[in-house]
Amino acid sequence: MTLDLPKESLVKMYRKMLEIRFFEEKVFGLYGQNLVPGTIHLYAGEEAVAVGVCSALSKDDYITSTHRGHGHCIAKGADLKRTMAEILGKKTGYCKGKGGSMHIADFSIGMLGATAVVGAGLPIAVGAGLSARLRKTGQVVACFFGEGASNQGTFHESINMASAWKLPVIFVCENNLYAMGTRQSRIMNIENIADRAVSYGIPGVSVDGNDVLAVYEAACVAVERARRVEGPTLIECKTYRQKGHSRVDPAKYRPREEVEGWLQRDPIKRLRHKLIQTVISTEAELQEIEKEVSSEIEDAVKFAVESTFPAPEEALEDVYAQI
Amino acid sequence: MRKITYRDALREALREEMLRDSSVFLLGEDIGRYWGGAFKVTDGLAQEFGDERVRDTPISESAIIGTAVGAAITGMRPVAEIMFGDLTALAMDQIANQAAKIRYMFGGQTKCPLVIRTPFGAGVNIASHHSQSLEAWFMHVPGLYVAVPSTPYDAKGLLKTAIRGSNPVFFCEHKLLYPIEGEVPEEEYTIPFGKAEVKREGADVTVVATMYMVHKALSAAKQLEKEGLSVEIVDPRTLTPLDRRAIVASVRKTGRIVVVSEDCKTAGVSAEIAAVVAEEALDYLDAPVKRVAEPDTPIPFSPPLEQHVIPDEKAIIKAIKEVV
Ligand SMILES: Cc1ncc(C[n+]2csc(CCOP(=O)(O)OP(=O)(O)O)c2C)c(N)n1
Repeated sequence: MTLDLPKESLVKMYRKMLEIRFFEEKVFGLYGQNLVPGTIHLYAGEEAVAVGVCSALSKDDYITSTHRGHGHCIAKGADLKRTMAEILGKKTGYCKGKGGSMHIADFSIGMLGATAVVGAGLPIAVGAGLSARLRKTGQVVACFFGEGASNQGTFHESINMASAWKLPVIFVCENNLYAMGTRQSRIMNIENIADRAVSYGIPGVSVDGNDVLAVYEAACVAVERARRVEGPTLIECKTYRQKGHSRVDPAKYRPREEVEGWLQRDPIKRLRHKLIQTVISTEAELQEIEKEVSSEIEDAVKFAVESTFPAPEEALEDVYAQI
Repeated sequence: MRKITYRDALREALREEMLRDSSVFLLGEDIGRYWGGAFKVTDGLAQEFGDERVRDTPISESAIIGTAVGAAITGMRPVAEIMFGDLTALAMDQIANQAAKIRYMFGGQTKCPLVIRTPFGAGVNIASHHSQSLEAWFMHVPGLYVAVPSTPYDAKGLLKTAIRGSNPVFFCEHKLLYPIEGEVPEEEYTIPFGKAEVKREGADVTVVATMYMVHKALSAAKQLEKEGLSVEIVDPRTLTPLDRRAIVASVRKTGRIVVVSEDCKTAGVSAEIAAVVAEEALDYLDAPVKRVAEPDTPIPFSPPLEQHVIPDEKAIIKAIKEVV
């Protein structure tokens, strides 16, 4: 973890990670109160990945997201209120209640949407990269996906295409060791997904995905390479989801020592510890931030809970564009 | 007779066929000992039959079905699970171009005894990528059989027939049917493909319904009975082959028909059934054919939106009243 960044940037990363964590804790609680329809896949424990990557992007760069997407949205700068409202199925949500937890998008900040079809985001990211090239905008695209998704044909097809065309795409594999109950070692003969980059002639790096600065550094290198028109990079972030796959999964398939080990390496606690240890921030400053974030999340919940549901007939709208 | 759930009935069929025939094996994502299938249909089978025969796969739908095709044409009887029906789209080449055509294209040299099980259906707020009813896609592919069981009894009997057969079977399940209970005998039975069942006899109007809609139609029929209307409910049980005769026979008796199916209306299951009636039973009709189906939209997430697009008892009753 290197800390030669301005204090402001470090504190901003801390704050973003906290926003995601507190947000997810609320979603978890609201689900228990039957206020969240359907299912949820929480990002708690993986915050350093989205925040590290998105901190290396600018506002008009793009990202694509997955079923485990709340953290990606927040890291890219999505409005907490509209994100929460979407998860609760409200009319004020980003997608007017049509998408829900697994399908949030905010095109105004380059968040091109979360797909719940595992592996489906990769080619879409390649297309956005191609479009940025054709439109000569200089934008880059960060594409988030799990290690489970790396066994889809789309992973291989997309990276090959992006590599052959030197497109500005950063493939970010969030390796949390499990795809639902399936441990990586039972369905893959490699330990590092990053090794697969060799097949496509692009750089592949494995980083500690619970170290936001390690992720950030790797992302900066990849973004620069992309902007120099040298092509894509595959970044594997080793991380862990702190909860089950979805809200109802007790995750009994994971050894307790393994879970505890990863909880020790909590990305937020680690950054907090560093900030205090290196006297970049004081305990009081961080507590103030924690209080602020907590109240922002409360506001988001209040907004979402008090918002109305869409009218039933709105189901028929938005199927086709009118002009 | 004992009652068991649709889910347990499916598991019994799998288990009994695995015991009977060592060439039967299962493959799919998280179907093994750590999860037992996303809807728990295969729960416990890996413990009983081992990880070789109840095989967890990577998330690779196209390769799951392709692998099953390869095994099927070389002497095995794979039963592949695709976790959600929507995700069969990822395996469409292997299903529609490979499994369905491999016998025909090679002049009848081989057989492809393969079963693809997958759940369809909306109603649990999991939005556009996990809620569709796509049975009609598979009806449009010659070479595939399509099974659509609505009860535990049908689920078990049809799955056994599917596993024992010599052709690829696309076996549709429904998320909301898994916990439904129904009578299933202890003793062995199978149900032939292409044989509809009259789920309720009636004289005034025929309702042809499939899968979860059979239950909604039954409940609608009960309500209408109080108003003196006698509704006959025909459940095709397989869409390919389709028991045209049973549908025509019922229409001949009642002179009126409403087709109820959860998939989108355009070019859907209900369209095919309506076409059969138009071709073969027009002379018996005393009113135009009515269809109750989902409107042509994706399935939205939010409960009031989702409820708006799923056909319900009210829509069925309204349609029936329009034809009688
Ligand atoms: C194509 C496809 N197959 C299966 C599923 C069901 N499913 C949803 S999430 C998931 C596991 C995904 O694992 P990974 O890509 O590693 O992401 P993680 O959940 O660990 O973040 C599965 C199998 C799906 N949504 N899409």
